[in-house]
Amino acid sequence: MNLEEYAAKRSVLVPGGVPTPRGKVCETPEEAAAAVREIGPAVVKAQVPAGKRGKSGGIKMADTPEEAGKAAGEIIGMTIGGSQVRRVLIEERCPIERELYAAVLIDVVSRSPLILFSTEGGMDIEEIAEKNPAAIRRHVVDIKRGFSAADAAELLKGLDLGKASSAVGEVLVKLYKAFDTNDAELTEINPLAILKDGRVVALDCKFTLDDASGVRKPELAAVASPPEMTALEKRGAEHGLKFIQLDGNVGVLANGAGLTMTTMDVIDHLGGKPANFLEIGGEAYTKAEIALDLVLSNPGVKSLVINFCGAFARTDVMADGVIKAWKKLKPTVPVFFSIHGTGQEEAIKLVRGELGIEPYDFMEDAVKAAIEAAK
Amino acid sequence: MIYRRGQKVLVQGITGKQGTFWTEKMIECGTAVAGGVNPKRAGEKHLGLPVFRSAVEATKETPCDISVIFIPPLMAKDAIIDAIDAGIKTIVVLTEHIPSHDVLEIFARLRDSDSRIVGPNTAGIVTPGEGFVGIMPGHNPSIFMPGDVGVISRSGSLGTLVCLNLTRAKLGQSAFIGIGGDPIIGTTTKDALMALDKDERTKSIVLVGEIGGAMEEDAAEYAKSMKKPIVSFIAGRSSPPGKKMGHAGAIVVGNKGGYASKRAALEAARIKVADTPADVARLIAR
Repeated sequence: MNLEEYAAKRSVLVPGGVPTPRGKVCETPEEAAAAVREIGPAVVKAQVPAGKRGKSGGIKMADTPEEAGKAAGEIIGMTIGGSQVRRVLIEERCPIERELYAAVLIDVVSRSPLILFSTEGGMDIEEIAEKNPAAIRRHVVDIKRGFSAADAAELLKGLDLGKASSAVGEVLVKLYKAFDTNDAELTEINPLAILKDGRVVALDCKFTLDDASGVRKPELAAVASPPEMTALEKRGAEHGLKFIQLDGNVGVLANGAGLTMTTMDVIDHLGGKPANFLEIGGEAYTKAEIALDLVLSNPGVKSLVINFCGAFARTDVMADGVIKAWKKLKPTVPVFFSIHGTGQEEAIKLVRGELGIEPYDFMEDAVKAAIEAAK
Repeated sequence: MIYRRGQKVLVQGITGKQGTFWTEKMIECGTAVAGGVNPKRAGEKHLGLPVFRSAVEATKETPCDISVIFIPPLMAKDAIIDAIDAGIKTIVVLTEHIPSHDVLEIFARLRDSDSRIVGPNTAGIVTPGEGFVGIMPGHNPSIFMPGDVGVISRSGSLGTLVCLNLTRAKLGQSAFIGIGGDPIIGTTTKDALMALDKDERTKSIVLVGEIGGAMEEDAAEYAKSMKKPIVSFIAGRSSPPGKKMGHAGAIVVGNKGGYASKRAALEAARIKVADTPADVARLIAR
């Protein structure tokens, strides 16, 4: 879950004591003009959860209220990184001496938090890594020890930061603390600016809340941007189902992430096009009824593969759910089953008896038949 | 991470619905379940087995080689740290959606111990004919049969399908190691591959991977030094980038974690990569 810049600053950096510029969130050109009247010369920044805002024209300068209104009018409504811009952040323009990069993230390799720092701020970390990998300093945090001012000084040693060095170190310590206390997957400040007057200020901020931690950080989850979803995907999410709508015509219903991806892959491999990803594995195996409704509500679906291989997920329970939904919805699209694993005898008997359909012994054959039927 | 007959298993969360169901299945399959943990029901019997207050208490009374975690996400960390404190060597973590910072804390504790974690978000481990630990249909003879093919899988459902296809082709399995669908896991593809390489009963290996991360690439590098034949299947070839495909670990970010890189790395290690799950059995049979 990503927070937009304004939310990341307001909910993470400010409470964590990291300095940020004075700013206001505005949803209309009028509000933007009023904000600049109060703040003075400002930067008008599109608020989106991800994407390259600068290159997309989502960041503009405004010296006067009129310019701010015009800029906000142009930016609000743009689409950046797949998201529609609904608001802008108006921030005082700070005279920049130098742009730095600082981030804390979860490192899969060391299974620890990783602090990244570079004096080459202002561009993406991927870009820095490509152009000047030596300019990135890394510190793997031992979470039992944490990250102290001394650790920060060590990380910054030999970098020519002048008088700002200790203030930068202080920001790093606070940034780690913010990462640690907020269940972050990523906290990134880019650029972290040294201003002409010597202050060190976070000009931008990215914050990603760990998906599994939203339940215990409801105040952050509440200000996170909802992911861009189609109406059907939203309906799936409301029922706790991971549904991804695609542009193919062969619908997919399977249990478990691996088996569902594989069903899509085999459709693709044999020359068809999958219409969706939808898995009802794990605890979701009891939700077959609503799942089938979702798959069939996708207007592109011309045929359907139902592929169950039950371990934890009982195929008899899933088959029962499918049959219930089938009788209620009375769909006309042809459906092709392959059923194996826990509860398979009962499940196959149910499908045969209630729907008069004979499941295929190999999923590959069920997929082939479904592709043929979708033509 | 390979289950052996007689290894004693502790079930943390034994009294819950799933804990009860799968403990019965494990016993049916021959697994030696020593007891379970539920602090609220310590001293009672459940399924005829002793229930302990904690893993630490359990190991004082009865030796445990493996602990299996049937505990909800927000409580899993304490249960796993309890098992580490008890000195249990292998901890099979079935729980999905454990907060990432809890996972970091668990692994920080693990570094000072002799324990190993399989998972989180694994379906478990199976040794056909000996027993299983987790939520796999290890008791189902149409899916698992004893033999000499070792199987590694990030996914439980797909791993089950692959074993089913092997069994239908009369290719029995020496061991199934479910490593889990999370991005941070205790036993990586390479760790499991090394274990099967050393295992005398394993003559060939099936490596079932999926998009996301770089574990298959790391394993492929190690496989270059191996003599046992390996066949692989990687799920997620047709998945759109930037989306978590059900598993937290199954995501292509930018140019990282994609199918092409994994397939190329595996093929460079002379590993045959199957296009469908049915092809896996065909390639192993050759």
